[in-house]
Amino acid sequence: MSGRMGAAVGTVWRHRLFWPVLILVVLLLSNLIFTPSFFSVEMRNGHLYGSLIDIARFGAPLVLVALGMTLVIATGGIDLSVGAVVAISGALACLWISKQPDQNAVVGVLVAVGLALLLSLVLGVWNGFLVAAVGIQPIIATLILMVAGRGLAQLITDGQIITINSSPYKLIGGGYLFGLPFSILLALVMTLLAVLFTRRTALGMLIEAVGSNAEASRLSGIRSRRYTLLVYVFCALCAGIAGLMVSSNVSSADGNKAGLLIELDAILAVVIGGTLLTGGRFSLGGTVVGALIIQALSTTIYTIGVPPQTTLVFKAIVVTVVCLIQSPAFRAKFSRRGRPGRADPPARSVQQKVEVPA
Amino acid sequence: MAEPAILTMTGISKQFPGVKALDNVDFRLLPGEVHALLGENGAGKSTLIKVLTGVYSIDEGTIALEGAPVRFSGPSQAQQAGISTVFQEVNLCPNLSVAENIFIGREPRRFGAVRWQEVRRRAAELLHRLQLDLDVTARLSDYSIAVQQLVAIARAIDISPKVLILDEPTSSLDSSEVDELFRVMKQLRDEGTAILFVTHFLDQVYEISDRITVLRNGGLVGEFLTRDLPQLELVAKMIGKELEVLEELEEQPGREAAARAHAEPVLEASGLARTGAVAPFDLSVHRGEVVGLAGLLGSGRTELARLLFGADRADHGQIRIGGRPVALRGPGVAMANGVAFCSEDRRAEGLIEDLTVRENIVLALQASRGWTRPLSRRRQDELVEAYLRSLRITPANPELLVRDLSGGNQQKVLLARWLITNPRLLIVDEPTRGIDVGAKAEIQRLVVSLADDGMALLFISAELEEVLRLSHTIGVMRDRRMVATLANDDDVDTERVMRAIAEGAVA
Amino acid sequence: MTALTTLGDQVTRGAGRLRRYVPVLATLALFLLMFGIGSYRYEGFLHGQVFLNLLIDNGFLLVVAIGMTFVLLSGGIDLSVGAVVALSTMIGASLVEQQNWPPLLAILVVLTLGTVFGLGMGCIIHYFEIQPFIVTLAGMFLARGLCYTISIDSISITDPVFTRMAQARVRFAGLFVSPSVLIALVVLAVAFVVLHYSRLGRTVYAIGGNEQSALLMGLPVAKTKITVYAISGFCSALGGVLLTFYMLSGYGQHALGMELDAIAAVVIGGALLTGGSGYVLGTLLGVLVLGVIQTIISFEGTLSSWWTRIVIGILLFVFIVLQRVIGVRERSALSRLSTRSVTEKPAPPRQEVRT
Repeated sequence: MSGRMGAAVGTVWRHRLFWPVLILVVLLLSNLIFTPSFFSVEMRNGHLYGSLIDIARFGAPLVLVALGMTLVIATGGIDLSVGAVVAISGALACLWISKQPDQNAVVGVLVAVGLALLLSLVLGVWNGFLVAAVGIQPIIATLILMVAGRGLAQLITDGQIITINSSPYKLIGGGYLFGLPFSILLALVMTLLAVLFTRRTALGMLIEAVGSNAEASRLSGIRSRRYTLLVYVFCALCAGIAGLMVSSNVSSADGNKAGLLIELDAILAVVIGGTLLTGGRFSLGGTVVGALIIQALSTTIYTIGVPPQTTLVFKAIVVTVVCLIQSPAFRAKFSRRGRPGRADPPARSVQQKVEVPA
Repeated sequence: MAEPAILTMTGISKQFPGVKALDNVDFRLLPGEVHALLGENGAGKSTLIKVLTGVYSIDEGTIALEGAPVRFSGPSQAQQAGISTVFQEVNLCPNLSVAENIFIGREPRRFGAVRWQEVRRRAAELLHRLQLDLDVTARLSDYSIAVQQLVAIARAIDISPKVLILDEPTSSLDSSEVDELFRVMKQLRDEGTAILFVTHFLDQVYEISDRITVLRNGGLVGEFLTRDLPQLELVAKMIGKELEVLEELEEQPGREAAARAHAEPVLEASGLARTGAVAPFDLSVHRGEVVGLAGLLGSGRTELARLLFGADRADHGQIRIGGRPVALRGPGVAMANGVAFCSEDRRAEGLIEDLTVRENIVLALQASRGWTRPLSRRRQDELVEAYLRSLRITPANPELLVRDLSGGNQQKVLLARWLITNPRLLIVDEPTRGIDVGAKAEIQRLVVSLADDGMALLFISAELEEVLRLSHTIGVMRDRRMVATLANDDDVDTERVMRAIAEGAVA
Repeated sequence: MTALTTLGDQVTRGAGRLRRYVPVLATLALFLLMFGIGSYRYEGFLHGQVFLNLLIDNGFLLVVAIGMTFVLLSGGIDLSVGAVVALSTMIGASLVEQQNWPPLLAILVVLTLGTVFGLGMGCIIHYFEIQPFIVTLAGMFLARGLCYTISIDSISITDPVFTRMAQARVRFAGLFVSPSVLIALVVLAVAFVVLHYSRLGRTVYAIGGNEQSALLMGLPVAKTKITVYAISGFCSALGGVLLTFYMLSGYGQHALGMELDAIAAVVIGGALLTGGSGYVLGTLLGVLVLGVIQTIISFEGTLSSWWTRIVIGILLFVFIVLQRVIGVRERSALSRLSTRSVTEKPAPPRQEVRT
């Protein structure tokens, strides 16, 4: 009986989501010290309110961006341009709406949303083309759009902060549906879609194969280029939706500030969620938890009364610790005692020329 | 045996997790000789060199340089002690100039500043000594690999080493380039340098070396004077005799060889070649036929197989599959035509170590279906279950990560990956290397039964017995060229194939 | 003379030597072209002072970009530079204004902290084999965050030494530059000498060319890699000090996105982002190109500032594709002469040897 319990606990402990979820729970619980009512969720005017809801609501754009980033990272790539895409998408949507005679017209808003997402897709194709077809390293290829994208966003807004007054558009980032914030529902739907797309088709496995061993994947007949292109397009689409959400929430588009540093938060969320930066196995669930951790961290710091900007210090600590734990070199240096000789054999990191049969 | 050795290695052992890479190996090197270190893949040549130069630490044994025991912590220390190494892949920096590549790390300086004129002058002098006329200010990458290799040697001899190690320096050179290299080697030998030369080209061994040490499976086979060791005997010593007896497979397939060779051809290659990889060859594989490829490491076996699968693009010749000409633009095309390829390098080119056994098995089939048509989980489980059972993969847990399996079981997983695609031609490259005897026998049995069921197979192995036992037809490779195609009838035996390998012609 | 020189080397070699300078020459031509266009279109553009103003307004960027040049040449990347610049302005301002430290001592402390910061990141990158990208990203978070632990708001500086440095002008031939420009030029000269004449500098190039080879050639890879990040940290701190002279304030929002400008300047200056190729003088040209874009846009009047970003992005794209094309050519030239084992992408430059 106790043995079976132990085994069960062992399985839970080893589950890839264990650590992220534990961190999230601890973080949320620690809020109780400062805000005893932290966990209370109440219904007001048919809308749910509460700190937990807020965390999910404000974390929704990050969840979206991080979803796309997860798939990109799983192929062994990275997308630095998501922040710029967030800004561009929001800018285009707001510009279109601001030009409408009636900003509350649903059709106008839908067209605006459609245009913004279409442009995001184009930007994703651009990134994917540079990486998959031209063969430029992902970090460099997406750097181009990262630099130019902010300029593009400001070009669209003509350097102004476009303020709009459109209740249909407001729904995306600030509205409610079925008592829940619409942004949470949207993030949820996109998460489910991403999971369905990767796990109900073979996409997830093929992406993991490419990210884990590109040459073996090629020799297994996987045409990796098309999957690489696909993930960059998906990533840009997610960023585009996040851009709509961010601009809708504040009813304005700021080409300069919208989505600033979100690429870094997204990468952080992916890493915390247990996906390795080197590619291969990915966990969308982990990413969502990771994004929520980052948002909860910001909220916690805010409620403690520390200046919110110092969140960055905590993020730095978290990212360092997570990376160290993931680093094989770090583990080797600190777990040598138990397994002597493990440090110097031609293990995973060695060139493939070493003539030792596996 | 009276000459004093400059370098002696005694009782060297080196253990890697799960593998004994070197087992009580002795080695010695005399001044003014070219000493060839030979052995098949996995014999331990590279490990021995890495142990000697301090890249790896040794578990047991001693190294003595000029009689004094030494132990190096890294290549730079070994270099300071007078042991210079030139590796197979040019280990220089392509972005630096020729002169700098020779001197970086020990440039002549004044007040800490590199004296470039002096660097260039000395580099030109040194190259001149080797009778090379290069522009020392040009970037290394502007020169061919052959020249780069010679620059690496120039770097190695600048410190006037007592011992010069050349680890397969010729593997990417053409014959005139090799001549140039040998001229330099002879010059250095005559100046008293002890040269340790690793190669897999037998002609070169006989052309340049004075003495030969043969390793096999991490153990020492022996040390021989080159002039006392006939080529055939050398090949036998390198390949060794497989002692495990596989009773069930005793009957030779030879009796049916003729019949199978007249079945309909699955794949016909004519004049297929890739510059620098394999010379033009003709080959056909028929239904139900096992074509074995024999040859030493580096003889072009793998290169040939890769062309047939489209893993590398051929630049000459053509391929017909099922009678129709096919342009093999990539593995996908080959797969669509029913060709499957199981690479020799399980870890780099076969397994996806992050994925489970199940995922690894269905990978190729899924890849050919595309991502939008996933195999249902039930179908996957059925297929995987069936192959786990029929290939006796243990542990029979499809959800285990493939990296946690033993070598033999990993190999079976790869075979399963291709078998579920139901190929017409299966190319298996060294499927039995580095796995235990039991798994080996099972894989051999599998090859026979697949052929009996009508599949065409191209079976590549460094072990002659294995090739002889399984193949209906044997292609012999030597120096990147197919030198013979033998029907495996009663006249063909190990010795005859070995002779073809050693001498390049059918006796 | 020998058989080898008849291998067709000479044909490719001459072209190869020129090709080495193509990116830098392209940048030079680009700069001259832009300056020419500016002079043609705008009155008062073709003036020595306009050129010197490029340096005055971008002196700190030049210093930061020089540090970045070291890192990129070694094949790494440093995303923390902008944040370290901001942190340096913050620490400097806080020490001088709030703690009343002597300015020189404060500057010294800032420079030391910046160097130590870079050193720390270098150690993590090297010893724990974590990608430089992610380590310096964490460094960026940390440095920005630390700014706000000092103060959320901008700290303005009234210290006489700083204000004098801000207002001082070194005059010659009717033109002038700020002391910061001279400091930046000194850094440039030192960097040039270090990169081209010291073992450290040459090892940086070697590591960028092929880290595995550098190790097997017995070069001090570990030491050099760590030093490179320390240099970048130092340059960022110095850039921060110069920025303090320029802005006369310390603020956590200073130098936002400067890492991108620095990387862009180095790449436009002809360095390969993959390491091993580039010149620090190219970086100067890169900074000048960025400067001249800004100047043209401000002279134009009707063009808005965001065009700067877009033009930088386009230039980045052009240069990266240019490098890619040159790289592919070089590799295909090689593959004609060699076999599969050489043309194949080399294994990632991971550690094979314990150090």
